[in-house]
Amino acid sequence: MSTILNVTNLTKKFGRLTAVNELSFTIKKGNVYGILGPNGSGKSTTLGMILNVVNPTSGTFSWFDGTQNTHQALKRVGAIIERPNFYPYMTAAENLRLVCRIKEVPQSKIEEKLELVDLLDRKNDTFKTYSLGMKQRLAIASALLNDPEILILDEPTNGLDPQSIAQVRGIIKKIAAQGTTILLASHLLDEVEKVCSHVLVLQKGTRIYFGKVTSLTTDHGYFELNSTDVTALQNILEKHNDIDKIEVFQSYILAYPNKTISAAELSKTLNEQGIIITHFAQKHKSLEEQFLSLTKNQQI
Amino acid sequence: MKRLFWIEFDKLRTNRSTRILIGAYFILLTSIALIAAIKFDIGFIKFHLAEQGIFNFPYIWHFNAFIGAFFKIFLAVVIVSMTANEYSNKTIKQNLIDGLSKREFLHSKWVMILTFSGISTLFIFVVSLILGSMYSNYTEIEIIFKDLEYLLAYFLKLVAFFTFCLFLGTAIKRSAFALGFLGVWQMFEGICFGLLKWKSPSWIDADQVFRLFPLNAMSNLVPEPFSRLSAVRNLAEQVGEMMQTNTIVRFWDIVIVLVWSCIFYLLTYRLLMRRDL
Repeated sequence: MSTILNVTNLTKKFGRLTAVNELSFTIKKGNVYGILGPNGSGKSTTLGMILNVVNPTSGTFSWFDGTQNTHQALKRVGAIIERPNFYPYMTAAENLRLVCRIKEVPQSKIEEKLELVDLLDRKNDTFKTYSLGMKQRLAIASALLNDPEILILDEPTNGLDPQSIAQVRGIIKKIAAQGTTILLASHLLDEVEKVCSHVLVLQKGTRIYFGKVTSLTTDHGYFELNSTDVTALQNILEKHNDIDKIEVFQSYILAYPNKTISAAELSKTLNEQGIIITHFAQKHKSLEEQFLSLTKNQQI
Repeated sequence: MKRLFWIEFDKLRTNRSTRILIGAYFILLTSIALIAAIKFDIGFIKFHLAEQGIFNFPYIWHFNAFIGAFFKIFLAVVIVSMTANEYSNKTIKQNLIDGLSKREFLHSKWVMILTFSGISTLFIFVVSLILGSMYSNYTEIEIIFKDLEYLLAYFLKLVAFFTFCLFLGTAIKRSAFALGFLGVWQMFEGICFGLLKWKSPSWIDADQVFRLFPLNAMSNLVPEPFSRLSAVRNLAEQVGEMMQTNTIVRFWDIVIVLVWSCIFYLLTYRLLMRRDL
């Protein structure tokens, strides 16, 4: 798999504040990456540096194995950062034409991309008449004009209404399905969980995790159970060798194993003990819970 | 270069207020021709300005270059706002992300400065040529194309002034404040000159020091043309005043203005390179 971006010990200091601290990671072609972190953890600053708008204090990065300088490489990249920035007095089509001139790509794609984001019928309206959702969609169209090898999105659904969020997510999924590499910064964890294969977790500018979403934590999941005889169920689970602890959550009993045990195994044991099960589910912690426990561990 | 020109041209072409300002500028430049219509007819005093020799070749090059430069403030507004608006709309950030380098960004603006200055100079040339062919007493080729250095000076003056505007727009990032600062700077130069004249020790020549100030250097480039008029000369002699002002384009003024242009260009470049967006 070819390398798209290589970041080595990237650091940015704003006066006394270290926004990004010795950050290293590699982006490979074909994966969907998420950058996670609370507000102010350095996500936007990191993207700003690799996109040539923020000067790094130290460290290096190279696009496409360093074969091109940054601004040449950026013509092969599509990026949307925070708020959509366009010329308010230009129409959507004029704005996109300017982007074509900058990226040195033919203007023939403008209609196609406006169609993709459902803005074709508004292409001759000036940007300032657009709603935030439409502006964000135009930004996506603009980022796709060059059929980028990597799409970078910084909080693409920030401040949008639910309908626009669904629309933007739909577009992102469509693009991901085409095999485009994506780098998505967000503090919305379900967003990342839904589309990303890999994740970079930042806290106070420092990398605390980088790897596959599935191996973010080495937990064994947990079981959610209910029975006609709750007390008996609790007793058996407490005596079970592989169960670390149990807790009662709403009307269910949650059982946390200390090693990976299969649902069939546990269900069989309970059956043998004569427990009639009315609810049985094997679950994993959501990315949100994993993320919170990860960032909490770092604070201690 | 062509790409950079079209990028900037698109940005300007689509902006209505820019179109109006540029249109107004060229209409005003043409209005120099209206001076020809100034006539007084009071009893036996008949005065027709066009016949006082202001439209004679080669004097007309000097006269029109001097008058035309007053209107440059219109284009200055365009240049300051086309720079400052990139910051207020944050479109400079988007431009860079889309793959324009900071150097290319600066050059797209600078190419526009050269274009404006070039077209304006060409415009003055054409207007003067037409006016001259209508009113000039001399129409020999060698006289017509004499003293064209005033047009070169006019061109350099515009380039330097607009580069200063580009720097102010970039540094201050707000059009109104940048233009305000331009006014303040003009006053600052005036006050400095006053202080130099008044307080400086005798070994300092206030006039020579003042020549080095950017806006003053630009205005020295095309000196006032009036004292060259015979009517003005006669008047001055009658009141016993000896006219000793400079009216030619001086080499050192060109050098000073070129140096200032480079300084403003480099300061803008440095600012762009260092600033985080």
